[in-house]
Amino acid sequence: MHELIRDKEHLFRLALLFVVGIVLFLVVRGLFVPEGFGEIGHYRVGALEDNRDHPLTFAGRAVCADCHGDVVEAKSGGKHAGIGCEACHGPQAAHARSDDPSSAKPEKPDPVNLCLVCHRNNVAKPAGFPRIDPNKHNAGASCHDCHAPHNPGLG
Amino acid sequence: MEVDRREFLVRGGKYLMLFGGASAAWEFVLAGTPEKAPDYDAKRHWWAFFIDIEKCIGCGNCVRACKAENGVLQEPFYFRTWVERYHIPPRDPANPEREEHPVVDSPNGGYDGFPERYPEGDGSKNFFVPKMCNHCHNSPCVQVCPVGATFDSPDGVVLVDKSYCLGCRYCVQACPYGCRYIDPRSNTVDKCTLCYHRITKGLTTACCESCPTGARLLGDLRDPADPIHELLRKHKVQVLKPNLATGAKNYYAGLDGSVR
Ligand code: SF4
Ligand code: SF4
Repeated sequence: MHELIRDKEHLFRLALLFVVGIVLFLVVRGLFVPEGFGEIGHYRVGALEDNRDHPLTFAGRAVCADCHGDVVEAKSGGKHAGIGCEACHGPQAAHARSDDPSSAKPEKPDPVNLCLVCHRNNVAKPAGFPRIDPNKHNAGASCHDCHAPHNPGLG
Repeated sequence: MEVDRREFLVRGGKYLMLFGGASAAWEFVLAGTPEKAPDYDAKRHWWAFFIDIEKCIGCGNCVRACKAENGVLQEPFYFRTWVERYHIPPRDPANPEREEHPVVDSPNGGYDGFPERYPEGDGSKNFFVPKMCNHCHNSPCVQVCPVGATFDSPDGVVLVDKSYCLGCRYCVQACPYGCRYIDPRSNTVDKCTLCYHRITKGLTTACCESCPTGARLLGDLRDPADPIHELLRKHKVQVLKPNLATGAKNYYAGLDGSVR
């Protein structure tokens, strides 16, 4: 008993050291952990918004259909009916949101090269996918001479 | 009063012509600025991906669309999605015990398509495999991040907090699918976000939007009406490297055993 009281001073210093350590840890943690961290998981909740905060480049086919219903009509029932407009015409969000869409018009795709992106021969393409050898299949002709791009069947 | 009525008719007409999410998307496209879709509740979605190997023609539309939409660097080693070509030579009947190993190539990630390289009818097996982040539910990348900058969102998308990433490259090494790279512009990690800015506004990803064959499909597993359920039921599906138990959510139909 007597011993313990004599050592009281040491215990007190040790406890003080612990308290200072813990306070220091909390202060540093408060400074370094960003706002919203850990609210719904081990991450900063604002990062979700950061990831949503990105401009659109592709408008999406539904937006195209709003003005170009005639093309949707022309495509329907054909082999290309399921293909999004921007698959061939490129990203068009800038065109769609423009005050004067005719000034931000997409470039007309080069018919032969565009068709060959998909339809050029390649053994790795799935069986049954229509593909051609451009040197043998009416070489030199434009695909559009026989095939309408929005509904390419020969009728 | 007059203006209100006019406004009402214009808006009503537009909403009638478009359907559901698309009308909301139209507003975002018009505004040009990515606003928050007020009614998006992350907890009500669980995004997954369906990839049909039997449909992919290796056109590279998805690779180009992804780079355009997400501002991915053009150099041939920065990809959020890429396409691989597998070539499996026929077995030699004289040495049937020798297994042929696949030859895999991905010129510029498939960005420019695939120039023909193999002859027709030599007995080999050839096919394309589109690849991207699998948005693993038990993702190694999330587990190794020392600061919580890579995380699993409530709707099942693995995202990066760019303002918090240290650029330590742990996750780049941890991802068994090679889906991550360091973006030299910010010195932080970059990867597929599953077009989080699009899917939270009712749009599909840029790669799905521009895939001509429907080889890729974004699906919401929490939506019972989503066509992905039907696809998963009708096809034999597999994920990549199932032995690693990463909880990968890209379901491949027609996946060959040789694909790694
Ligand atoms: S595929 Fe790689 S980057 Fe994507 S969630 Fe899985 S481990 Fe992470
Ligand atoms: S766009 Fe579709 S068909 Fe073309 S390479 Fe990509 S997944 Fe394959």
